[in-house]
Amino acid sequence: MPSISLRVNGKSVRAEVEGRTLLVELLREKLALTGTHVGCDTSQCGACTVHVDGRSVKSCTMLAVEADGREVTTIEGLAGADGKLSPVQAAFAEHHGLQCGFCTPGMVMSATDLVRRNPGATEAQIREWLEGNLCRCTGYHNIVKAVKAAAQAGGK
Amino acid sequence: MQDFSFHKPQNLAAAVDTLKKRPEAKALGGGQSLIPVMKLGLAAPSDLVSVAGLAELRGIKVDGKELVVGAGMTHAEVADSAEVKKAIPALAALAGHIGDAQVRNRGTLGGSLAHDDPAADYPAAVLALGATVVTDRRKIAADDFFRGLYQTALGADEIVTSVRFPIPEKAAYAKFAHPASKFALVGVMVAKGPAGVRVAVTGAGPGVFRQADMERALGGRWAADALAGVAVKAEGLNADPYGSAEYRAHLIGVMARRAVAAAG
Ligand SMILES: Cc1cc2nc3c(=O)[nH]c(=O)nc-3n(C[C@H](O)[C@H](O)[C@H](O)COP(=O)(O)OP(=O)(O)OC[C@H]3O[C@@H](n4cnc5c(N)ncnc54)[C@H](O)[C@@H]3O)c2cc1C
Ligand code: FES
Ligand code: FES
Repeated sequence: MPSISLRVNGKSVRAEVEGRTLLVELLREKLALTGTHVGCDTSQCGACTVHVDGRSVKSCTMLAVEADGREVTTIEGLAGADGKLSPVQAAFAEHHGLQCGFCTPGMVMSATDLVRRNPGATEAQIREWLEGNLCRCTGYHNIVKAVKAAAQAGGK
Repeated sequence: MQDFSFHKPQNLAAAVDTLKKRPEAKALGGGQSLIPVMKLGLAAPSDLVSVAGLAELRGIKVDGKELVVGAGMTHAEVADSAEVKKAIPALAALAGHIGDAQVRNRGTLGGSLAHDDPAADYPAAVLALGATVVTDRRKIAADDFFRGLYQTALGADEIVTSVRFPIPEKAAYAKFAHPASKFALVGVMVAKGPAGVRVAVTGAGPGVFRQADMERALGGRWAADALAGVAVKAEGLNADPYGSAEYRAHLIGVMARRAVAAAG
């Protein structure tokens, strides 16, 4: 079995995985980082979004072996060591950007990538960027509001 | 998904060698088509050979009158590239509207062409611009590359390394996107340049194809209304719950006119 080493939320991790092990399986099943959700497992919903070397990816559609030597950030890695929420997380709380919360980790990871890349993102750009993230509850309105507020506050 | 051996070769020659020695092996680009296909059990390779990160498949540059894009470049890298935006803005725009942000961060040019999904965007650009697909062993003209439904001229152990796009005078792509996947229900790329006036249609048929009547009309006069007299036949076009063949034929006309208007 291939052995890989990577950094997850700033910590070095070594793991034995199969070729077919998905990144999301490594995170949830081996590392017990269950904040990353699996909504569809068919690359559609974005609930499994994490960052690999700072870019948002669907972790159900990337092999764990491909994360060898890379830096992975999950929803558990966004808040500060003191538990202080990241600007995007805080904005989701403030603007009620969630209902059941299932899509939220993916939404927050995706939005965090956007506000870093494009801090001045317009509402249209936010809606377009979030096309890879589906939410069954909110109707997106407050999610977009939260992301806009985070973008204006300088993001993170 | 059936298990496989994973290979991360150091260079292109080693990658080709592994593919040659293991007939059930497959190249892995960004995995945005291959991993879903493997999850469905529609492909079960014995080995996956990671190629997207190979130095020989990276980079974007203008070389004389051509824009050369490495096959390992992601859709996001092409969309954000200053060189692409300057040389062929229509190509940057096309790449920026493939799927969603996460798909664009992983999916690659080479993977999209090798997969040749009948509703994929890049094939329309390659065909309309009269580009050349460069592989580890040869150069393939766009007109010879696409062979219909998921079929290309590539050999089983052949790796796409780059695509050479002649820089056009004018070009634009218009897509009527499926609202969920963003794949093209119909997409039309129009171009006027070194390869002549070319119109390529994706999403509408079993594979990307050129629309000769429109090319003739636009060759006579490059203007959206020059297409007014061109009748597009529904015969042979795709029909599915998202759109009948007649609807797709209609969309080809609408998208072509929009693309010509956008190209200016
Ligand atoms: C939710 C979703 C939405 C999408 N929407 C769109 C869309 O709107 N438009 C669109 O065009 N596409 C869309 N795609 C497909 C996406 O663009 C894929 O990235 C692309 O089709 C395949 O590229 P890849 O690098 O991921 O290749 P992979 O999935 O890794 O490989 C695909 C095939 O190409 C082969 N291959 C890979 N690289 C090479 C190479 N360099 N040389 C030879 N063979 C190679 C593999 O062996 C495999 O057979 C979507 C995908 C998803 C998951
Ligand atoms: S679980 Fe990965 S996209 Fe839905
Ligand atoms: S809050 Fe329930 S799915 Fe988005």
